[in-house]
Amino acid sequence: MSNAPAPPREGRTLPRPPDRRPGRPRRPSLRNGRADRITLALMLGVPALLVVGLVWLPALATVALSFTRWDGIGGPETIEWIGAQNYVDAFTIYPPFEPALRNNLVWLVVLFAFPTVLGMLLAVLLDRRLRGGSLYQSAFYMPVVLSLALVGFIWQLVYSRDQGLLNAFLALAADAPPVDWFGDPDINLYAVLVAAGWRHTGYIMLLYLAGLKAVDPSLREAAAIDGAGPVRTFTRVVFPALLPINLVVVVVTVIDALRAFDIVWVINRGRNGLELISALVTSNVIGEASRVGFGSALAVVMLVISLVFIAVYVSTMLRGAYR
Amino acid sequence: MHHRPPGPPGPARRSLLRGMAGAGALLALPGLGGCGAGRRTDPDLVTMASNRANPAQREAVAESVGLFEAASGRTVEINTFDSTSFQESLNNYLQGTPDDVIAWFAGYRMRFFAERGLISDVTPVWERHFQGAFTDQVRSLCTADDGRQYMVPDSTAPWAVFYRRSLFEERGYEVPATREEFVELCERMRADGLEPLASGIREGWPAMGMFDHLNLRINGPEYHLELLNGDHSWDTPEVRSVFGAWAELLPHHQPDPLGRGINEAQTALVRREAGMMLCGLFITHVFPEGEDREDLDCFPFPEFDPEIGADAVEAPIDGFMVSGDPRNAEGSHELLGHLGSLEAQELYTAIDPQALPIHQDADTSGFTGLDARVSDMINAAGALTQYMDRDTRPDFASVVMIPALQRFLRQPDDLADLTASIQRQKVSIFGR
Repeated sequence: MSNAPAPPREGRTLPRPPDRRPGRPRRPSLRNGRADRITLALMLGVPALLVVGLVWLPALATVALSFTRWDGIGGPETIEWIGAQNYVDAFTIYPPFEPALRNNLVWLVVLFAFPTVLGMLLAVLLDRRLRGGSLYQSAFYMPVVLSLALVGFIWQLVYSRDQGLLNAFLALAADAPPVDWFGDPDINLYAVLVAAGWRHTGYIMLLYLAGLKAVDPSLREAAAIDGAGPVRTFTRVVFPALLPINLVVVVVTVIDALRAFDIVWVINRGRNGLELISALVTSNVIGEASRVGFGSALAVVMLVISLVFIAVYVSTMLRGAYR
Repeated sequence: MHHRPPGPPGPARRSLLRGMAGAGALLALPGLGGCGAGRRTDPDLVTMASNRANPAQREAVAESVGLFEAASGRTVEINTFDSTSFQESLNNYLQGTPDDVIAWFAGYRMRFFAERGLISDVTPVWERHFQGAFTDQVRSLCTADDGRQYMVPDSTAPWAVFYRRSLFEERGYEVPATREEFVELCERMRADGLEPLASGIREGWPAMGMFDHLNLRINGPEYHLELLNGDHSWDTPEVRSVFGAWAELLPHHQPDPLGRGINEAQTALVRREAGMMLCGLFITHVFPEGEDREDLDCFPFPEFDPEIGADAVEAPIDGFMVSGDPRNAEGSHELLGHLGSLEAQELYTAIDPQALPIHQDADTSGFTGLDARVSDMINAAGALTQYMDRDTRPDFASVVMIPALQRFLRQPDDLADLTASIQRQKVSIFGR
């Protein structure tokens, strides 16, 4: 009985199954099947959780703590809310704050002006496959991989007032009186910037080297055929093709300038002419009886400055993506 | 960790993280300590955190603890940490799962942890082992505001003016007792082509020694401790007179001290380029063992005011405390009882050249000339202080005073503005 009506129905519905059947197995990745939803949730959810847990929550906690006086011991009930007092103190009665802002700015300008340009120049030269190119390459990149303690030690040997290489050389060559490279607050920032630039140059060089390798050789050939010399080829053809790398270099340099910390910390804990916001945050927050609230206020100031650059960067990226 | 290959989102994320150094430092509990739960029950195991990290100190701790292990049948696990990072992370460390016994400093910095309940009362150990073993002064440095003891002291590394005996004999210099004699000696040394006072304070904290000693000699130990406790204003003639006296001594210091590490300054004394140095007994580490170390001698910082005298000694005392909730309380107390004992102190201080025993009955007959002299200074002391960063709030010492003292060394003539700035920051930190 049940078989009787089946043939005609089958006959009527016959065109449909072929329609659906090929569609079903082929499109599950577009429709959200169960497995897809799990995959999606995992791929978005885990990074989102990490970002929220490791970036946003600590950032918000820092902002909240910046309105408190707290020494980091005991639970939340030991936190004393004092409003914007920390910010007022930082801007009015905390002598190292203003030099720190200025020094961070100097750091940024100098990093852009010298090591970045030098790193690009080195990359262009090394990209021409000189003999022993990889040797130079590793020599210039070496400072980037050296440990902090070693970098401090190396520059101590160079800059020490009494026993340093530089003063010994100056005395020998020009009979100059010893210069207090680390202690004189008018010059020690620039002395340290040479050390920082020494590291930064190698890093920028490597970035540009990678970028140059990725430039299509036919571009250069075309330029050469059109009669452009090496300088013109670089400025008019290659450099514009490096736009993504240039953007990364700008961001990396800005960020390196804002978070500059290790070298000044090793030398004198970021004091006496070497004040940087990151060093002030650290010296306030670490140690016994730490000033977590005040240190957080300084960190928030740094965060706000970073946000300006991040906003510029992100908007540039988004504009690029929509174009 | 410095540089990684950049992807566009990478740097942005890193900068955010960096911007949150404040919160990050809170979360990043240092990799100190931490033991399995099963070991909590082992009655024979005591764990110990030590910041005495140079080779002589390590050996001295190991020897002393070995003696305890042999006598008690317990096992002691020693975790040694670099002393600077230990100090920077102790706050977090004590709130995590600390070792049972922790090496630390007496005075303000011990009291601070006692008040916060991060270390536990060891009065029973004092009652059982140390009746009459230490002077009342030492006992009070190990006592918190609740009147109970939280630390067992074992050694001290006092401050004095160090010099090479052979250099003084060669040139016919006399040890100065008063400010006039001191300045006179400095002038003679300069005439002889020496730097009178070695000075290296790139690290910041060594600058505190000169302030402390001048304040102790000019305003007296009582005022000094009250000032550091936050009881007085810093914007006063008393404080300015200390800086004024320091400014008069500055021409006798090695020039450009802010770029010179304390080790480099000590080296100047070793090399006979400098005549004297105000320093802690830890200066012995840079003098090679043997002839050079035997040549090292010292005298108390001279008297500036006859009414105040020169008998206050800056003698930072080190000792051991027990964490707030020790795994093995009984074993920890036993270990403390051993570490403070005469036997342990004599064993320890014989190996570590910078340490002197603090026990009253310590046998001084075997002392070198230098140790005997320092020991006499302590025994005759009218007051013992601990050094500025141990006698006041650590945040005030490091965040306010170090930059202030460095500024003074750059611009010694701008005193009124300097003391006013210190006072403003002091009010903000002490809240009074």
